[in-house]
Amino acid sequence: MSGGQTLNLFLNIGFPIALLVFAYLIGSLIERRHFANIRKRESELRGFPVTTFERLPERWQVSSAGLVSGSIVVSLDYFKRVIAGLRAIVGGRVKTYEPLLERARREALLRMTEDARRAGYDAVINVRLETSRLANAAGNGNSTAGVEMLAFGTAVKLERR
Amino acid sequence: MSLGESDILISNTELVPGREIVEFYGVVTGNTVRAKHIGRDIMAGLKNVVGGELAGYTELLQDSREEATRRMIEQARSMGANAVVNVRFATSSISQGAAELFAYGTAVRVR
Repeated sequence: MSGGQTLNLFLNIGFPIALLVFAYLIGSLIERRHFANIRKRESELRGFPVTTFERLPERWQVSSAGLVSGSIVVSLDYFKRVIAGLRAIVGGRVKTYEPLLERARREALLRMTEDARRAGYDAVINVRLETSRLANAAGNGNSTAGVEMLAFGTAVKLERR
Repeated sequence: MSLGESDILISNTELVPGREIVEFYGVVTGNTVRAKHIGRDIMAGLKNVVGGELAGYTELLQDSREEATRRMIEQARSMGANAVVNVRFATSSISQGAAELFAYGTAVRVR
């Protein structure tokens, strides 16, 4: 085999495989660290009331209210996008996307809650979550598979609980 | 994020907790259409290989949403309202690389 052929072989097969391995390793690392970070911050915020109810309990006296929100745009790594693309051929549960959406949602909720706590509020009510796909998130595996997650709710300050 | 920082009270509940609605002014809306600039797009494209948060996009959408909310608030203020209740957000992709951020709610006077 000549040098040119070897180079061609490397460019055509070796490079995509190397990219897949690289994306898999770094992507998994980022995901693991993000989840660890989310768990840590969630445990810090335990006890801060965040509800999807529209109304507060009758005996809670509200002194002020305001809107709070948190958002994040995340994307899947190249390896997982390829796997998701293959999965789309046979159909079924796309496991690679599930943790992505989960961590985006938890992160958005955390940012909203942290925002509320920083501003001195005591609770967040009527929390809503919205997911939107970004403009160039076309179906094929090559484009940005960005997903935006938005969490928003009404933060309230209480006079007494 | 500073969506709620304004003299006009913003809430996504139908009633403002702790207040009473005395007058309705109608629906107020605010929108903005934003496109990503190329530098951010290249960075996001690189980040896209390994996945994770695309911080440039997060920031861009947040700014846009604040802008849409600000326009909604301006409209409410011009009507003489002092609060906007039942606020909703919507995002729609109108073309490749551009997105519309939309905020709407009901302008009211609370006491």
